Amino acid sequence: MTAERQGPGSAPDAGPALVGIVLVSHSARVAEAVAELAHELAAGGPVAPVAAAGGTALGGLGTSTERIVAAAREVDRGAGVGLLADLGSSVLTVKALLMEDELPPGSALLDAPFVEGAVAAVVTASTGAPLAAVAAAAADAYTYRKA
Amino acid sequence: MRDAEFFRRWMAAAATAVEREADRLTELDSPIGDADHGSNLLRGFTAVRAALEAEPTDAAPGAVLQLAGRTLISTVGGASGPLYGTLLRRTGKALGESPEVSDEELRAALSEGVGAVAQLGGAAPGDKTMLDALLPGVAALATSYRAAGVAAENGALATVPMRARKGRASYLGERSVGHQDPGATSSALLLGALADVAEQAGAR
Repeated sequence: MTAERQGPGSAPDAGPALVGIVLVSHSARVAEAVAELAHELAAGGPVAPVAAAGGTALGGLGTSTERIVAAAREVDRGAGVGLLADLGSSVLTVKALLMEDELPPGSALLDAPFVEGAVAAVVTASTGAPLAAVAAAAADAYTYRKA
Repeated sequence: MRDAEFFRRWMAAAATAVEREADRLTELDSPIGDADHGSNLLRGFTAVRAALEAEPTDAAPGAVLQLAGRTLISTVGGASGPLYGTLLRRTGKALGESPEVSDEELRAALSEGVGAVAQLGGAAPGDKTMLDALLPGVAALATSYRAAGVAAENGALATVPMRARKGRASYLGERSVGHQDPGATSSALLLGALADVAEQAGAR
């Protein structure tokens, strides 16, 4: 099973190539739900491609390199791919893949909280912003205090 | 000099050790982790064994370790996958394409591999991680393979009083004290398997 493309806006047919976003979670349902949430909150125009890469290849809790690589290729439009990861092995697996050049050129792990960072990244990417701006917007989500 | 067959035997011995100790690794992972270290590594090393059996036997030592590392990254499913995978891949890359490598070359390559693990996980000595076995183990390689195995084992035992500062165990704070780190324990198995294989090779 490969990661799913989220919604009809994921393949813009005009304008500059958009940065793609990949959501890596230990749980397939968490990854898919956050992808859906970010997509919905970014809707209103063309939405950057978003893909979920959650759980292991066998459908359990954990991390699958195959799912991550497939999701990154799926959302790669040539403008770079920003990956958000939730915990432990999700983060380490993305880093290991980056160290070994197994993700599309211009891929980067975004240093951001998973849910808030995903929304910020998808909204920003959907404006046509470059990867550096998408990464900065996602990281900025850390500064929003809740109490 | 060590040929590719030596590295295949090392990986096979590591797989056997993980099989033997899988239940113990999972038990160690129960109070401070999510109780899957043994089963995760067992799945990974079983896949490594199968991958190496399917690979042509003329592969170089570096290629053997890179294949093993790649297989661990893609099959383990937990944090130990990218960590051990990076250790073996980086060590394999450092060994290059020579059909035979010296013990000194292997020592230098393993140091590089352990450095990559430290960089990936961001852990320091004393954080109650794999590094607490790998660092003393690789340092003792200058003496002998057996000394490395023993130093790694002692390093794993020394994690008992440590407070975890990385990974899921770190959420437990003080409650992580008093438990041996499962990752340091499996690291000692890996270096112990290397010592066994080196001694068998020396005896032949």
